[in-house]
Amino acid sequence: MDMDREINMGKANLEVFSETLQHIAESNRDLLVVTSDSRGSGKLVPFAQRFPDQLVEVGIAEQNLVGISAGLASAGKQVFAVSPACFLTARSLEQIKNDVTYSDNAVTVVGISAGVSYGALGSTHHSLHDYAVLRAIHNIIVCAPADNFETEEAVRQAAVLNQPVYLRFGKRPMPLLRKDIPFVLGKGRVLQEGKDLAIVATGEMVHPALEAAALLKESVDVEVTVISMHTVKPLDKELLTQVAATGMPILTVEEHSVYGGVGEACASFLLQEGFHNRFQVMGIPDEYTVTGSQQEIFDHYGLNGQGIMEVAQQLLGVSQEK
Amino acid sequence: MKESLAKKSIEYRKRILKYIYKAKAGHTGGSLSCVDVLNVLYNRIMNVGPANFDSPDRDRYVQSKGHCVEALFVVLADQGFFPESELETLCQYNSHFIGHPTRKVPGVEQNTGALGHGLSLSVGMAIAAKLDKKDYQVFTLMGDGELAEGSNWEAALTASHYKLDNLCAIVDYNRLQISAPTRDVCNTDPVADKFRSFGWEVVEVDGHDVDALEAIFRKLPFVTGKPSLVIAHTVKGKGISYMENVLKWHHGVPSEDQYEQAQKELDSALLAL
Repeated sequence: MDMDREINMGKANLEVFSETLQHIAESNRDLLVVTSDSRGSGKLVPFAQRFPDQLVEVGIAEQNLVGISAGLASAGKQVFAVSPACFLTARSLEQIKNDVTYSDNAVTVVGISAGVSYGALGSTHHSLHDYAVLRAIHNIIVCAPADNFETEEAVRQAAVLNQPVYLRFGKRPMPLLRKDIPFVLGKGRVLQEGKDLAIVATGEMVHPALEAAALLKESVDVEVTVISMHTVKPLDKELLTQVAATGMPILTVEEHSVYGGVGEACASFLLQEGFHNRFQVMGIPDEYTVTGSQQEIFDHYGLNGQGIMEVAQQLLGVSQEK
Repeated sequence: MKESLAKKSIEYRKRILKYIYKAKAGHTGGSLSCVDVLNVLYNRIMNVGPANFDSPDRDRYVQSKGHCVEALFVVLADQGFFPESELETLCQYNSHFIGHPTRKVPGVEQNTGALGHGLSLSVGMAIAAKLDKKDYQVFTLMGDGELAEGSNWEAALTASHYKLDNLCAIVDYNRLQISAPTRDVCNTDPVADKFRSFGWEVVEVDGHDVDALEAIFRKLPFVTGKPSLVIAHTVKGKGISYMENVLKWHHGVPSEDQYEQAQKELDSALLAL
């Protein structure tokens, strides 16, 4: 998109994750990173070089990765268990459910190269189910930071929370968004306020949502509230209530199946609270996902500024010519 | 000493049956096969009890074959973790004493029940001990049928990779699982050779001979720098004539007559000591 050239590009969230862990590890010998042959894809080579005694490699064995991480956590370690999100939240889901959450072992489970980050590697490597499955498991916070700032804050907060957390990161460099709004796990961030429409976006979809908001303002003079709903669970019900109470239409956007993710979580909450705002979920449809680069997949499904703008216009009932 | 351990084993069996009979639920055969191992570990080997359960230096026991929880609960009660009378609520509405180990019960180290989880958890604890230069030992009890779970073999690899000689896994080798003899369901034999090829030191022992078990556990680690495996040759339903090696007692609950007969057999065994 043209607007990409105007914004400040940061690093991949994964790099910030790794740097933040190094900062924490400097003063905390109990911080451990556990990987399943994923230190390279997790950008953790610098961490491994600086803190070789604080990285536990288990090989390509995701179930074992999570079980061992739970055992380490039970012995007082602050554990970040790092593996591609696609494997981590499917193959080792039972270990997350039993050994981490049910057993109250405060592991931070870190899904890397999440969503369709792996692009053309195909569905085996996509994680479009992780919000859905983890939302249905008790005692885990589910969070997908949107940019470098949210990533650093999320990692720092997860490290001291003493509760299971799932963090989800993509692998491409992310635009830098606002840093002046505090980041708190469980609390959405209102990145801009508008009166006509609310876009609730998560993770890598937040920047396209901001692009759509700018296009809407420019082309049809629609003023959009954009929320980074980084924490998928627990949902920020207070913020959603405030937004819905204005009567604005609400559009949710996520790099996840349209089933079981942020959109359905918001819809379920709002409907049960008695709100009937016009409402639309955007995400990856329930089909064999098209292959290509991550951006090509986003473009195919309209998960970009232009596509979100078009869906927003349908939702608002306004035409581009207005 | 010898007599009292043997006596405890029989008393534990009496209580296992008592609470399973009362609850009308439980994993009878496996609890009776593994209870001698628990007896020896908790009464002779492990440095863990109510007084030091919060200590980071305590020994750890993880029951990977979580379904045989009745044996664990009875032993934990005997260790003083909670009053034995609480076991009256086994499997009742809202009781902590459910059909698998849960940390809501004092003395339980990890929540288990899904098979194939205990060894990875134990590997994590054993790695933590090495990192912290602590000398506690980690024990985990697995079933022979459970060894079909692939996660065990992932953990077995990691244990030898990290030279976890502070880890001892025990296989309750009773050769029966829920639907048939283990060799007919998915043959996990030869267990010893498999673990040896994974870099473990393996010792086989009569899993009901408390003295032999104690002697074996006192030799840990069997080899410096290697994880240890004890294959405890056991009899499912051990101690009750009509239950021994009979498949249906995997989770069979005795009738009133059967219950009384079982208690009589155990009383006779006590008198015979």
